[in-house]
Amino acid sequence: MKQLFTFIKKEFKHVFRDEKTLLLLFGLPIVQIVLFGFALTNEIKDASLIVVDYSKDAATQQIIEKFRASSSFMIEESILGTAEIEEEFKYGKVKMALVFPHDFEKDLISERKASVQLIADATDPNTATTLVNHANAIIRDHLQEISPEKPNLNILIDTRNIYNPELKGTTNFVPGVMALVLLLICVLMTSVSIVKEKENGTMEILLVSPFNPFMVIIAKAVPYLLLSIVNLSIILLLSVYLLDMPINGSIALLFGVSTLLIMTALSLGLLISNSTESQQAAMLISLMGMLLPTMMFTGFLFPLENMPIPLQIIANLVPSKWYYIIVKDVMIKGLGFSAIWKETLILTGMTVFLLIVSIRKFKIRLS
Amino acid sequence: MKTLSFLLQKEFKQIFRNPTLLRMILAMPIIQLAILPLAADFEIKNINVVIVDHDRSTYSIDLVNKIIASGYFILVDYINSERQGFDYLESDEADVVLEIPLDFERNLIRENHEQLFLAINAINGTKANVGGGYLSRVIGDFNQEIRMEWYQRGRRSNGPTIEAKAINWFNPLLNYQFFMVPGILVVLVTMVGAYMCALNIVKEKEVGTIEQINVTPIKKHHFILGKLIPFWIIGIFVFTLGLFLVARLIYGIVAVGSLSLLYGYLALYLVAVLGIGLLVSTYSQTQQQAMSLAFFLMMIFLLMSGLFTSIESMPGWARVIAQFNPVTYFIDVMRMIVMKGSGFQHVTKHFVIMTGFALVFNTWAIINYRKTT
Repeated sequence: MKQLFTFIKKEFKHVFRDEKTLLLLFGLPIVQIVLFGFALTNEIKDASLIVVDYSKDAATQQIIEKFRASSSFMIEESILGTAEIEEEFKYGKVKMALVFPHDFEKDLISERKASVQLIADATDPNTATTLVNHANAIIRDHLQEISPEKPNLNILIDTRNIYNPELKGTTNFVPGVMALVLLLICVLMTSVSIVKEKENGTMEILLVSPFNPFMVIIAKAVPYLLLSIVNLSIILLLSVYLLDMPINGSIALLFGVSTLLIMTALSLGLLISNSTESQQAAMLISLMGMLLPTMMFTGFLFPLENMPIPLQIIANLVPSKWYYIIVKDVMIKGLGFSAIWKETLILTGMTVFLLIVSIRKFKIRLS
Repeated sequence: MKTLSFLLQKEFKQIFRNPTLLRMILAMPIIQLAILPLAADFEIKNINVVIVDHDRSTYSIDLVNKIIASGYFILVDYINSERQGFDYLESDEADVVLEIPLDFERNLIRENHEQLFLAINAINGTKANVGGGYLSRVIGDFNQEIRMEWYQRGRRSNGPTIEAKAINWFNPLLNYQFFMVPGILVVLVTMVGAYMCALNIVKEKEVGTIEQINVTPIKKHHFILGKLIPFWIIGIFVFTLGLFLVARLIYGIVAVGSLSLLYGYLALYLVAVLGIGLLVSTYSQTQQQAMSLAFFLMMIFLLMSGLFTSIESMPGWARVIAQFNPVTYFIDVMRMIVMKGSGFQHVTKHFVIMTGFALVFNTWAIINYRKTT
């Protein structure tokens, strides 16, 4: 026991001696929380809009004013014709063009029907659809205003946004960042730290020592377990005090399941380090192999239920997916253990499986 | 020149001697590029809806049918109990609960207006917005229909209408993969270039072989060029595989613009990215440090690149940071050339800025690289 303690102390010293690694350990969560909290948003604001107005009358002016007032659009003054629109799009700044044909007002008054063209740069389909929807809503509102009669049979909709009344992006992102940071950093750090001993040849020394080889591994994992819990606390403090996020459920439960995820990550790191021979290979797997898949399959960037079935099956293998569900349930919805037992069981299962496989792969003797 | 060619021989031998690593460098990006874009779909469909209908009138049943027929929604349950509706929301089985009050139809006709209640699971703000938006639109359409019916009975005349015709250029089918594949390819090529370059040089430091090189008459710039060129070639190779094998064969994406322009930009971009890798390596003593630094930078580059969320929507300070991110420019250029067919005159600014990055990172790295420790 005392031996183990000495070893853990050694590992801690290794970690703290290296300030560049610490930057990753503690800097990354902070940067991510700030970026996701304040910089990244799916909302579309100030998209550049060019107006091509062949009619130039009071009616088109009124509509243009409505677009100017909207926060979604920013009107680029221009006297272009339709022919130049494509050229403008190719520079990449302008996102949509609004084209009024000749005699817009005349048509609207005499025939009670006029048309306007919305040309969207659909390179980014998401932005294009959102902008077209916004533009449609603006035109619809305008029509309602100029309509002489008030319409009949009004169905009003009273919308309540449960769990996130202000529709803040952070409510969704914070659990995602927690999953991402805890998983990636733990996997990366453990996988590298063991392979490093192999590569430098120090593993042989450890293995010939009277020390139990499994203790070596536990000693490697403990510092990262503790540091990750510190990390988790930092993320939670930042999200409560900086981003005004609520923690509606039990904090103890949240820490409990987070520790479980960290254990899963540590076991995965072990498996990687036991299956590779060089730091380079271990890093490539845990960095290049895991970064994008973890980001995309956790479910906080793209809705998982949209994905094709085979990808949904792959997503089930990503531990952070389950953790993300748990964090949303506990932290935001304020639910108890009864709501998350299934996900907890799955994570536990993954951890046990990974541990068994990596222990079986762990070679006590080097070739 | 001769020194350089020997150094290159050495590097290539070292790379090819490790086939596992080589396979990983080539296979991992390609597999990811083949799978991940399928997962990146912002289009929100299959919204799970629970309808709590206290009315069960002609109108309410018509409305329910219209919601189902719209194709965006999956009716999870059609019930009478508000409590049960909330349970569905809590267990994540429903995204939206629509409640139709008692006497909806009667009140609508008698008092000319009536309210529906919509409860949205808004943890994912975007999805809530879009789902709520779709449902409001369907209800609006329904409203319009019943009004038309009413008008046709001759009570009122029709108001003026403006028909807004929307056209989607460059991607008429709104295929999200056309947008994501080029972006993800850029990120993967960046990772290969920056990580490999940084790790490779630091490995020489860690193992100690760099000392041996330092005591030889090899010039600083020869050594650095010898390290950069192999990864520059590998970067171009991975990019080509991704562009032709995955983007063209699997996703059917054919660049609209000029390929030589695209490759010209890639060549320049890789110099900048390898410069970053080099810079990271000059600041690190061990592979672990290099990896930590590279990962930290990569994460910021990735999030601030406009790959997932648009840069225009960011607050001012974040847009300034994004301007110092080389990945942003290449993703931009890639999407412009591949999808819109932009020419050199459209991306001149991007070329100038990337040249700047390439010069700054490499000069900085060369100055910081010391032959003596």
